[in-house]
Amino acid sequence: MTDVPRESRLRVRPYALTGGRVRSSIELPLETIVRVTPRAETSTSDLASEHRRICGICVDPSSIAEVSAHLKLPLGVVRVLVGDMVTEGFLETNATAMAPDADPRPDLRLLERVLDGLQAL
Amino acid sequence: MAFKRSEPTQKSGGKIPIPVKIVVAGGYAVGKTTFVGSISEIEPLTTEAALTSHSAGVDIAGQAAKKTTTVAMDFGRVGLGDDLILYLFGTPGQDRFHFMWDDLVRGAIGAVVLVDTSRLEDCFAAVDYFESAGLPFVVAVNAFFGEIHYSMKDVREALAIPAEVPMMVTDARDRASTKATLLQLVQHALTNAGASA
Repeated sequence: MTDVPRESRLRVRPYALTGGRVRSSIELPLETIVRVTPRAETSTSDLASEHRRICGICVDPSSIAEVSAHLKLPLGVVRVLVGDMVTEGFLETNATAMAPDADPRPDLRLLERVLDGLQAL
Repeated sequence: MAFKRSEPTQKSGGKIPIPVKIVVAGGYAVGKTTFVGSISEIEPLTTEAALTSHSAGVDIAGQAAKKTTTVAMDFGRVGLGDDLILYLFGTPGQDRFHFMWDDLVRGAIGAVVLVDTSRLEDCFAAVDYFESAGLPFVVAVNAFFGEIHYSMKDVREALAIPAEVPMMVTDARDRASTKATLLQLVQHALTNAGASA
């Protein structure tokens, strides 16, 4: 495959971290905020280094996009890794399970809070 | 190895902040990252999404050629009180990235379409997309270089922007100007949500 651009070849490697999986076990929009759980505060010695780095970042609540930016890993890879860590109890999110046909848009009350928050800046 | 939270007893009962997001769209070099950076509490960060797209062409074997592209997206964050974080995502304007936009747009408050009047055509794709997605948006003409080549009326006509879509002049470098643009968008989203509620 000599015609594959250099960029593309390099981009294959990060997915080795996910065992080749490209889908997360849970739905994680890129703005989803995750934070370490008490479990991550006591036992992370058996975690792989990328998982440990994610725990380090998520000591402060951080979005999937921020984790991706800090680790310099594509969003898709971070989604899979974070999805696993939420399932395993190392990270927690406030994302509520949403029916696939539910309206994901912010409701009136949330929009009003955003408006107030922006005005107060 | 253990990771301690910086504030074990966080405000609001240790709740994780709620994220909200606004999409900032527009053509190449129109000032999206400048706009985001003028109000973000962090230096804008870059994340990369690796995409596999079907190119328009057909290869010699007669199959649609697949191409892996990396799309860089700059974003910033603004804390709104203790329990809300607003993320601003700058997104590339090209048509072929629409499938990434679906992901960005889902759950968004709305979008700011940044316009450079010397290259109006660069924002056609964004305007079309947000209209068809039913996402509230405002059109902000960036006076980045201190001049605007056309009147707002001309820009509205050229882009076929419906009368109900707010338009304004903004200076992407200026925090107060960016804040005013975002306020207009959120107000517009509120009006839309109120009308459909």
